[in-house]
Amino acid sequence: MKTTRLVIVAVGGQGNLLASSILAEAALIDRVPIRMSEIHGMAQRGGVVESALIFGPGHSTIIADGEADLLVGFEPAETLRALGKCHRESTVITNLAPLMPFTVNIGQGVYPDLKRLQEIIRAKTARLIAFNATALARDAGNVLAVNMVLLGCLVETGLLPIQAASVHTAMEKKIKPDLLEVNRRAFQAGAAAARENAA
Amino acid sequence: MHKLLIDRPGEKMLLLGNEAIARGAIEAGVAFASTYPGTPSSEISLQFFQISRECDLHFEYCTNEKVAVEVAAAAAACGVRSMAVMKHVGLNVAADAVMTLAYVGVKGGMVILTADDPAMFSSQNEQDNRYYAKLSGLPMLEPSSVEEAHRMLPYAFELSEELAEPVLLRTTTRINHSSGVITLGEIRPRATRGRFVRDPLNLVTVPAVSRRLHVKLLENFARAQALSEGSPWNFIEGEGPWAVLCSGVSYNYVKDALDELGIADRVRILRLGFSHPLPARRIQEFLRGSEKALVVEEGEPYLEEAAKTHAQEAGLTLPIRGKAPDLFSRLYELDPSTVRRVTARYFGVPDRSRPAVDVSDLPAIPQRPPTLCAGCSHRATFYEVRQAAEELGLETVYPTDIGCYTLGLLPPLSMADYLICMGSSTGTAGGFSQVSGRKVVSFIGDSTFFHAGIPGLINAVFNNHNFTLVILDNGTTAMTGHQPHPGVDMKQLKLENYGRVSIESVVRGIGVSHVTVIKPYRVKKSIEQIKEALSFPGVSVVISQELCVLYAKSLKLPRGKPFRVGEKCKNHRVCMTRLACPAFYIWNERIHIDANLCTGCSLCAQICPEHAIVPARETAEK
Repeated sequence: MKTTRLVIVAVGGQGNLLASSILAEAALIDRVPIRMSEIHGMAQRGGVVESALIFGPGHSTIIADGEADLLVGFEPAETLRALGKCHRESTVITNLAPLMPFTVNIGQGVYPDLKRLQEIIRAKTARLIAFNATALARDAGNVLAVNMVLLGCLVETGLLPIQAASVHTAMEKKIKPDLLEVNRRAFQAGAAAARENAA
Repeated sequence: MHKLLIDRPGEKMLLLGNEAIARGAIEAGVAFASTYPGTPSSEISLQFFQISRECDLHFEYCTNEKVAVEVAAAAAACGVRSMAVMKHVGLNVAADAVMTLAYVGVKGGMVILTADDPAMFSSQNEQDNRYYAKLSGLPMLEPSSVEEAHRMLPYAFELSEELAEPVLLRTTTRINHSSGVITLGEIRPRATRGRFVRDPLNLVTVPAVSRRLHVKLLENFARAQALSEGSPWNFIEGEGPWAVLCSGVSYNYVKDALDELGIADRVRILRLGFSHPLPARRIQEFLRGSEKALVVEEGEPYLEEAAKTHAQEAGLTLPIRGKAPDLFSRLYELDPSTVRRVTARYFGVPDRSRPAVDVSDLPAIPQRPPTLCAGCSHRATFYEVRQAAEELGLETVYPTDIGCYTLGLLPPLSMADYLICMGSSTGTAGGFSQVSGRKVVSFIGDSTFFHAGIPGLINAVFNNHNFTLVILDNGTTAMTGHQPHPGVDMKQLKLENYGRVSIESVVRGIGVSHVTVIKPYRVKKSIEQIKEALSFPGVSVVISQELCVLYAKSLKLPRGKPFRVGEKCKNHRVCMTRLACPAFYIWNERIHIDANLCTGCSLCAQICPEHAIVPARETAEK
């Protein structure tokens, strides 16, 4: 088994850590070696939350620049900021709905142009899947399910060494029963987005 | 049942490092645990707190780390297994107790956990606490992984009992906040009651006793070193002419680097998990016969200096290097690619790993620093203090302290001028007021006030300083995840058998003659009250009371109704330029309020010059 390295970046409150723990739990079900690390000291204060998941053999729990085979960004500017984690053959999945940093609101900095952002990522990596995951989450019934949309897309690419069925089992374990249905719909919407991209 | 109490040995569980550490301690039969919360250690004590509500484990949130060590030391003196948990700088606070506790020793096993934070993800410095082991003479253990941390805890307690002294267990953020799969072990029964045997000639550290106890400490050191020489936590792997010495998470990066560079068959690794006292003979034997050695460690050259010393004693002259401009930095943390690159360079082998994508030509990306939450009462207090100082025409200095409110540093609030450590706001305020000739207004949170702010305030009253201390009392230890502190009403958490200490009573008891309690969401009144406090010659204290919005949410308290920007808005953007609440956003060149984020604190509505910000429902109905 080869080692697959995944970096997920998000803004605090977007549910990155839940998505990561579902993937790790799925790996445990599939008996795939899994190591995970997260930086979340200020998650609830609007900062950036980054998690690293390493599937397969090895020892490290963090992913250095150039090591990520997969980068998933829950927010487009954060995807771009984390691009240095990628190498030439990486696959990038990004939400296209911005969350404006307050620094932009008070006139410190300009939010990057989304079209240009996609061109850059496409030029530097092997594959980009970019779509409005926030809109799909809203359509699925809860805008907060954006994490499950992106999770669905990620799992559908087949680039992780885990079974979709195991991810569903992990979701049942980690998500409150009354929220499960909407999260499943969001997951399926993300999976469909991945299929559209591949077509 | 709490998941860490599940008694099914052999079962595998995916745990956060801090959960694995707590589980390891539970398996070791820890019966008494104490802490002052601090990232990256906080989740360890959160587990103990939750577990203590389900069983006979005694757990305390303490006023500070020194007290945490003292209560745990007394429990251990009675033969009860105890553990004190803290972040690395917490050990500075506890150091006075720890240095002499090393002389006195313990009966029951005692583990002092220090969670270091290389790269300072959430700390004011990145000091390397391995030196506390050297300074105190106490043994230190350092795991390399979550799984090993879990296994190491029971051994730490056994080692402590074998040597009859506390054991320091050092982690780093990448252990605490990594997750891994552990195999549950058996839970040893807890012995929660101990017996104190009076023995003043060994337990009361007057000089005559301590002179003898220091001899005992050195004897213990020799015993500990013998244990370290044969310890399975110090192990050698691989074969070959080259040598690598490492400890902690660096071991993982070394293992991955050697595999990826294809030189695993040319390098021997000495992994040092029992890192104080270091196994001198083992290190010498390891180095003997090697052509050259690389020391891979985060922070200071602790292992490197020891390896060089021990090599010299054995007459070995091979090159031993680690920290150097062309090799590893003492700054920040290591990562797999840095270790791979340096290892390749040092041993002269090619590094064919894929390069990172070039990011030198990316467009500028706006920063996204953490910020005070929407509706955070600190924002209101900061605004009001600034407004009051401006109205009085005061030139100010704003010393601050450690907590969420340190984020007041950022524009547009810009309300932080000086910070060194927990409690420094009260001490430094005295010095600034004495020499700067400016009005000093210091900020400190409620939990930090209890932790280390009180002595500075007493000092100010005694030495007749002239400043205003603003105590930001949000009813919880917010920054680290809403842990209780002595001022918290524990009944709100449905917990009995706790006392409660009133900050106002403490402040008045200290002898502060001008004390004001404000409700920061009443803007006009608060500004008037703050102006009075700022005008008072001498020490004045303003206690700003408002529950943390996140904590209120977790208590399921009713939340305020959201506001919206109404038609009267003339786009002055005073709300944005003075407050920058994260609930604001700009759309079509106009300011809007995100109703999902707005907590209805009404701060912006009260400062809007057009009174254009109105309750959302009210205008919707019109």
